[in-house]
Amino acid sequence: MEAITEQKYTFKDFTSDQEVRWCPGCDDYVILRSMQKALPEMGVKREDVVFISGIGCSSRFPYYMNTYGMHTIHGRAPGIASGVKLANPNLSVWVMTGDGDSMAIGGNHFIHVLRRNIDLNIVLFNNEIYGLTKGQFSPTSLVGQKTKSSPYGNTQPPFIPGELALGAGARFFGRIGGNVPKEITQMMIDAHKFKGTSLIEVLQNCVIFNDGCFSNITDKDVKEDKQIFLEHGKPMIFGKNRDKGLVLNKLKLEVVTIGENGITQEDLLVHDAKEKDPTLHQMLVRLEYPVATGIIRSFDDVTFEEREDALTKQVKANSKFKKTDDLFFSGETYTVK
Amino acid sequence: MISDKVKLQPEVVEAVVIRFVGDSGDGMQLTGTQFSDTSAMFGNDIATFPNYPSEIRAPQGSLYGVSGFQVHIGSVEVSTPGDNLDLLVAMNPAGLKTNLHALKPGHTIIVDSDAFSKKNLEKAQYETNPLEDNSLENYRVIQVDMTSLTKEALKGVEGLDNKSITRSKNMFALGMVYWMYGRSRDYTIDFFKKKFKSKPHLIEANTKVLNAGYFFAETLELIPNAYTISPAKMRPGTYRIIMGNTATAWGFLAAAEKSGLELFLGSYPITPATDILHELVKHKHFGVKAFQAEDEIAGIASAIGASFAGDLAITTTSGPGLALKGEALGLAMIMELPLVVVNVQRGGPSTGLPTKTEQSDLLQAMYGRNGESPVIVIAASTPANCFQYAYEAAKLTLEHMTPVILLTDGYIANGSAPWKITSLNDLPDIKNRISKNASENCHPYDRDEATLARNWAIPGTPGLEHRIGGLEKDRITGNVSQAPENHEIMTKVRAEKIKRVQNYIPEIKPEFAEEGDLLVIGWGGTYGSLHSAVKQINEEGHKNIGLAHFNYINPLPKNTEELLKKFKKIIVCELNNGQFAKILKINFNGFEFLQFNKIQGLPFGNNELIEEFKKLVE
Repeated sequence: MEAITEQKYTFKDFTSDQEVRWCPGCDDYVILRSMQKALPEMGVKREDVVFISGIGCSSRFPYYMNTYGMHTIHGRAPGIASGVKLANPNLSVWVMTGDGDSMAIGGNHFIHVLRRNIDLNIVLFNNEIYGLTKGQFSPTSLVGQKTKSSPYGNTQPPFIPGELALGAGARFFGRIGGNVPKEITQMMIDAHKFKGTSLIEVLQNCVIFNDGCFSNITDKDVKEDKQIFLEHGKPMIFGKNRDKGLVLNKLKLEVVTIGENGITQEDLLVHDAKEKDPTLHQMLVRLEYPVATGIIRSFDDVTFEEREDALTKQVKANSKFKKTDDLFFSGETYTVK
Repeated sequence: MISDKVKLQPEVVEAVVIRFVGDSGDGMQLTGTQFSDTSAMFGNDIATFPNYPSEIRAPQGSLYGVSGFQVHIGSVEVSTPGDNLDLLVAMNPAGLKTNLHALKPGHTIIVDSDAFSKKNLEKAQYETNPLEDNSLENYRVIQVDMTSLTKEALKGVEGLDNKSITRSKNMFALGMVYWMYGRSRDYTIDFFKKKFKSKPHLIEANTKVLNAGYFFAETLELIPNAYTISPAKMRPGTYRIIMGNTATAWGFLAAAEKSGLELFLGSYPITPATDILHELVKHKHFGVKAFQAEDEIAGIASAIGASFAGDLAITTTSGPGLALKGEALGLAMIMELPLVVVNVQRGGPSTGLPTKTEQSDLLQAMYGRNGESPVIVIAASTPANCFQYAYEAAKLTLEHMTPVILLTDGYIANGSAPWKITSLNDLPDIKNRISKNASENCHPYDRDEATLARNWAIPGTPGLEHRIGGLEKDRITGNVSQAPENHEIMTKVRAEKIKRVQNYIPEIKPEFAEEGDLLVIGWGGTYGSLHSAVKQINEEGHKNIGLAHFNYINPLPKNTEELLKKFKKIIVCELNNGQFAKILKINFNGFEFLQFNKIQGLPFGNNELIEEFKKLVE
């Protein structure tokens, strides 16, 4: 009898020998550990995992993972990761990026990778600031935010990453606080399972240059009241007392209280992450109170590789060219004696 | 109507040059291609030069909207599209005006006299009609009412609108030229049958017009000034006509099959390189992954990713695109991954002259990146040897684990010539450096002692997990290192790795003379022009002029300095302001490098070269 031993990894198998050099207290440590814990749960071989990053604090990530990895150039990780995946579709490919890397210098690649729906996973560390260059405003910094490059206040309105992503055609979008490792781990596993480009936005605190930027949303004592954690098929309910919820009032989402004005749980919207039409998902990502977290959109669609693969098979089946010589000597040739 | 002021004394010559000119919508490219393909099938050697405006449909009749196709056919070896014309076919006044200067005195012009209307003459800025004012009296002018005759020929063919009738007049001109040069119409009629498979009325119409032109020339007994009938003496073998860009694409197909790797192209459309993308997207049957990215940077980025994952990865572009790819190319260079960047050069700077040729990206290819970042630079020199150098670029990048820039240019990329088909069996082996097994002491930056190339550990291989990136790395482990001495060592190792490529490339061999009075130096796409000029000047009795044409630029062939010493004078000829001359000056002290430069978006002319060379030896 053949002995099949399935290797079960632990997080240690995914920890590289490199010293982690982020600032003490940075949420990046949480994301790193969440990933190292998520990978053993994915059932993927270590040699089949590739991390690709651009430039910025978040982009140091690949060095700390004991997998294949490339720390590349500013903004270009989606392009490089696309090439990796197209060359070998068997790989689990992860893009680790920040708000500046993905939406400023790499904005073009970010929207196009989402549009194509290649089976990649993108983890966006959003801290609304440039960390590695030491504190300039980013494309997600708020208007009025004082930074090294906006001493009198930022005058450029921000992107909402989820809004941009859904506008670009993202099939999978999740948002999660940077201080909840279990939920981050689970979302990474879900992103891995999803066929197509998945995007996870982590609301990541930068302790040095933008400390507390999400504390009014993610701190333990407020998060239940300020966030609505969405789960597919479940009512949109939130609050410490689980008594608040969302309903649709004309073209706007409205917060209601269960038990007031005759509202019951039955009246609340039920989250449908798999809906093709992103209209409601768009409204959810834009919502300022409560801030929507969890998997907001997870629409199953044909991937780029599936389309390409189908065409390749079809062309191969119908082609008379098996070897390059068949092509070179085909058609109009003539012989000189 | 034929003006007989010029007395016709037809002669048989070794080669003739014909140019077809008209509006950019007149089908001149098609006409020229048909004539050259037919001549090649007949056994002539050919060289072609399409010259067209960057506007897709420039305003009708305008001077800048003239599109031309020149073909040089010979019973001997032909290496350029030729300089001076034996026959000019002009479909309108603008075409005549902009091309007449190239026609040899006494030689023939065929014009569509219907197109010489008042309006068209004004658009071409003619004050008087050149067909009537005796300004063409030094030429043999054949005026044909081509538009009317085409209409007449198509009477009774159903399903044609006026526009398609008028547009087929190029086939009338082609028919005439076929008769004049004794060419068969079969190839073109077969072409109609394939192209218009589902539109039989168009097959009928085009064939009728082609025949009408042919019989019209027969009736008039239109004899050309000069003609060549016998096939050229070419090396035995099977040939096909190939365009430079197609040859480039096929070179990579062959390299992928030979190396056992899949071919990945990441590219963004740019003139004049796009035809390589067009060609490679067709070849899914060989498993080619041709990825049209969102921009030039994503084009090279995806290729770098594919290379990391174990594909033979290439990206194709032209000058402005190479500028955009610069940072990513530096990344591939420091990561020491295999990657070929094809730059089909065009006139620059900036957007420059997109459809015209130039050799002005040489220094960009050499130095256009931040930091100390040498790469291998090679250049193809004819439409057909684009195949050979694409193959060579792939071989070098895979065996030496460093990016290669392959330079071609608009002139050879769009030009076509006979290619003696190379079977895969006749190509040299390509050994890729993929590590199959993990061993105890293996590091990403372990190197081959001879070449200094590192191993290629690709994702999916257990035990070889590693991280690489744009940061400087430790010379052994590949981990990030900012250590001062390590950076200097790594910088020198990367430079030495390129230098050692010298041991794997051929020495430069001069043609025509091993030593002597004058060494003509060129590189890349000017080979045809320089070769025919030096050949001619040698035949005229100047036996001491040699030609050294470089395909390997970085590194240069080992024996370059030795060669330079054997000549009294050296002249470097380039279609730029002296970029290769600069490289030679940096590398070789004690020589005077004379320069002959042309920066007009056009190839060298034979006469201008000969004149220049004669000045230096007489």
